[in-house]
Amino acid sequence: MVRNINLFLFEMKEGFFIALQSIRANKARSFLTMLGIVIGISSVVSMSTAIKGIDNSFQKGISSLGTDVLYLDKWAWFSNVEFWKLRNRKKITMEQYEKFKSLAVLPLAVAPVTNSRQTVKFENSSVENIFLNGSNSDYVKTTNFTFDMGRFYNDIESKASREVAVIGSEISKKLFPRGDALDKTIKIGGISYRIVGVLSEQGSFILGSFNPDNQVFIPIGTIFKHFAGDMFSTITINIRAQSPALVQETKIEAEGVMRKVRGLSAEEENDFSINQQEGLMDNYNKVVGVIQIAGLFITGLSLFVGAIGIMNIMFVSVKERTKEIGVRKAIGAKRRAILGQFLMESATICLMGGLVGLVIAVLLSLVINRFMPTSIQVSAVFTAIGISLLTGVLAGLAPAYTAAKMDPVDALRYE
Amino acid sequence: MTENIINIEHIAKVYTIGDVKVHALSDVSLRIDKNEYVAIMGPSGSGKSTLMNMLGCLDTPSSGVYDFKARNVSLMTDNDLAAIRNKEIGFVFQTFNLLSRSDALHNVELPLIYAGIGSSERKERAKQALISVGLEDRIHHKPNELSGGQRQRVAIARALVTNPAIILADEPTGNLDSKTGEEIMLLFHEIHKKGNTVILVTHEEYIAKHAARIVRLKDGLIEKDELVPNRYIPNITAAVSENQTD
Repeated sequence: MVRNINLFLFEMKEGFFIALQSIRANKARSFLTMLGIVIGISSVVSMSTAIKGIDNSFQKGISSLGTDVLYLDKWAWFSNVEFWKLRNRKKITMEQYEKFKSLAVLPLAVAPVTNSRQTVKFENSSVENIFLNGSNSDYVKTTNFTFDMGRFYNDIESKASREVAVIGSEISKKLFPRGDALDKTIKIGGISYRIVGVLSEQGSFILGSFNPDNQVFIPIGTIFKHFAGDMFSTITINIRAQSPALVQETKIEAEGVMRKVRGLSAEEENDFSINQQEGLMDNYNKVVGVIQIAGLFITGLSLFVGAIGIMNIMFVSVKERTKEIGVRKAIGAKRRAILGQFLMESATICLMGGLVGLVIAVLLSLVINRFMPTSIQVSAVFTAIGISLLTGVLAGLAPAYTAAKMDPVDALRYE
Repeated sequence: MTENIINIEHIAKVYTIGDVKVHALSDVSLRIDKNEYVAIMGPSGSGKSTLMNMLGCLDTPSSGVYDFKARNVSLMTDNDLAAIRNKEIGFVFQTFNLLSRSDALHNVELPLIYAGIGSSERKERAKQALISVGLEDRIHHKPNELSGGQRQRVAIARALVTNPAIILADEPTGNLDSKTGEEIMLLFHEIHKKGNTVILVTHEEYIAKHAARIVRLKDGLIEKDELVPNRYIPNITAAVSENQTD
């Protein structure tokens, strides 16, 4: 048994040695063959790091929505109902919010939210297209906000509709590179606001234009006061359950309470929607799952083409070395040894190609990282090595088998 | 009582090429004992090569019995045959058949690799084999850096390194000039004197005369099996001095 293992190791070592020799002897050919694997592995690895990067960033971003928060809205995030039906729903008003808040007993916090796209200015610099949110002081209780500086506006400021603002980390970075945003006065739509708090970074939300770090919060009364108009005619009610376990009950209660507030009779359908992160997550997973499969399939194809190149060159190599195979068999190489020799050769070519491909993928992902988030995984490195070895073995199998089953007499006679 | 190595009884080999059956060997019986020096002769088409492939366990007979050291080779699998070739048979070919990318030492080591012998023992034995054929100063040369005679010596060292039961040489001087050929024949003479069994396959009467016994084949049958009365013993002193001027 030990002897057999030893023999196997010798043969492997000999195979590796022969592989290096033959790669060295056919440099140009080996290089071109390897190129297929280099391209295959680098595209598969780049693709998977990109997908992982998007995924990580999305997960981080979506976690800012909170798993225990419900969003009671006129609009549904995902629905099969026709758009016009949703549009014809009655708006949700502040009065309805107040009624809802007094009737619902399960939520930890309930806050009205409305928003608008605005430009925020400080002295000569500005950030365009930010989310300007109006809410009350309860809003912070529906989130997991942490603050780099300051605080959320309080109940008094909120009720009095003062010109105070809480800004997201990205806005702070852009307008106040020195990190001295607190108590500064910014202008939004010509009105001045005093910054009372700066939020900590929450992570970018890559899909879609929503970026949780690119928001400004002001009291809801203030937003109504300065940005009156139709676009603020409906509000969203953010409802936070006491715990993730109570989300479902809270949702059921919220539905009942809202039906009452909206005065719906028993046979009428809901004229509002209760949205939650879960739905978003499901949809995201569906979309990304498709991207993932399609992406890996396409990049996998390039690896497959590379593998065909390897197989082709291995057939050539076997043919060329027919006589050598005959000699090796004559002096006692068993089928297994010949098989191992050629498998080793194709695995070595693939492994070298795989390692080069990996280096290229890492460099590539560093470049891509400037435009979109990527994430190089240690597992991707091992997967790449594993895949290239596997490709080598699979691509080498048919040629190596051809070599192994050659008749020694014919092989020796071959010129 | 001499030890029997090869015992062939009524073997035949039939190849089917298309619809035609070719009898390469019709009915051959042969016995070779330890430390014999046998030449197998015959014109092309006589079945000489087929018999050699059979003796070398590269091929199995279509019918008949082949016992190698009392083991029935006719029924062996490919892997068993490979093991016999590895341990019991040392091949020397007309075209040397060395691995061109490997140096002399690695070429000689090769059978030991397939025998699963550890690196240090392997290198030592290969080195000794190269020394025994007079190539101690060519150990790390590649075949293309060696002369024809030297290449054949490497091949002989490779054949000897496993201490095989037989040395099977197929036209070993066919690609060499007569002087170098003579040196190689001297080497075989010495190998035989040390107690090895040597089987020489040739079509040259002159080369065959070096052996103690000649088996003549014709049309797949043994035509004659005779001892050589005036065996040609290579001129050792002449050959050695030639070797030194080489």
